[in-house]
Amino acid sequence: MPLSENLVKDAIVLHLQAECWTDVVKVLGGKLEAAGYVKETYTCAVIEREKTLPTGLPLGGSYDVAIPHTDVIHVLKPGIAFATLEKPVNFQNMVDPSQAVPVSLVFMLALSEPHAQVEMLQEIAGVFQDLSLVESLMQLNDTAEVLTLLKR
Amino acid sequence: MPPYKRILVACGTAVATSTVVAKAIEEALEAKGIPVRVTQCKASEVPSKAADADLIVSTTPVPTDHGKPVIQTLAFLTGIGKEAVLEQIIAKLTE
Repeated sequence: MPLSENLVKDAIVLHLQAECWTDVVKVLGGKLEAAGYVKETYTCAVIEREKTLPTGLPLGGSYDVAIPHTDVIHVLKPGIAFATLEKPVNFQNMVDPSQAVPVSLVFMLALSEPHAQVEMLQEIAGVFQDLSLVESLMQLNDTAEVLTLLKR
Repeated sequence: MPPYKRILVACGTAVATSTVVAKAIEEALEAKGIPVRVTQCKASEVPSKAADADLIVSTTPVPTDHGKPVIQTLAFLTGIGKEAVLEQIIAKLTE
């Protein structure tokens, strides 16, 4: 299933005002839980995982991303929460956790089967590799526009 | 010696990241006519699985004291420097 169909409409937050990365994870985790995609253990599990196995990704353009996620046992059904941030918050770099990455877009993944959601994950990586698309996402004010833009 | 090279792709939980990376490496090497078998694992499983691999590609820090070459890269996620990393992978596999 493509990315736009996996994005949880009620878990898209645009221009989120966050002070730190845990704020973002808590907001998006709460929305995924309210929408019935994850167990109540999910948010804490994502935060714990992010501390040791961070997910910040520098994209080489104006905006960087993070893809917080956790083990499948905390997930009820697959879905993706998405946020753009009013001002960047630091996540640590996935490949070098000593480095901070100022993140402006967060795709938080609820994956229910390891290795199963390949197509969707490839599409997310495809978004990261299209810097003009990343810039466009940052400008949006309406969640419906996010779905339209990612459906192309 | 099997007729293919074995690449172990490691990430934090072996759920998301390594899935994308494994697929990307498989497709890119296939396109270049290099037969590979790619398997995924958690970073913490690398010490026990390194013996069965010719090369380890990881998106997170992994132990390197197992005698197998390790390439740590985000290129297959972000696209930055992908061609250079592919060349590096091919070089390691054909050494």
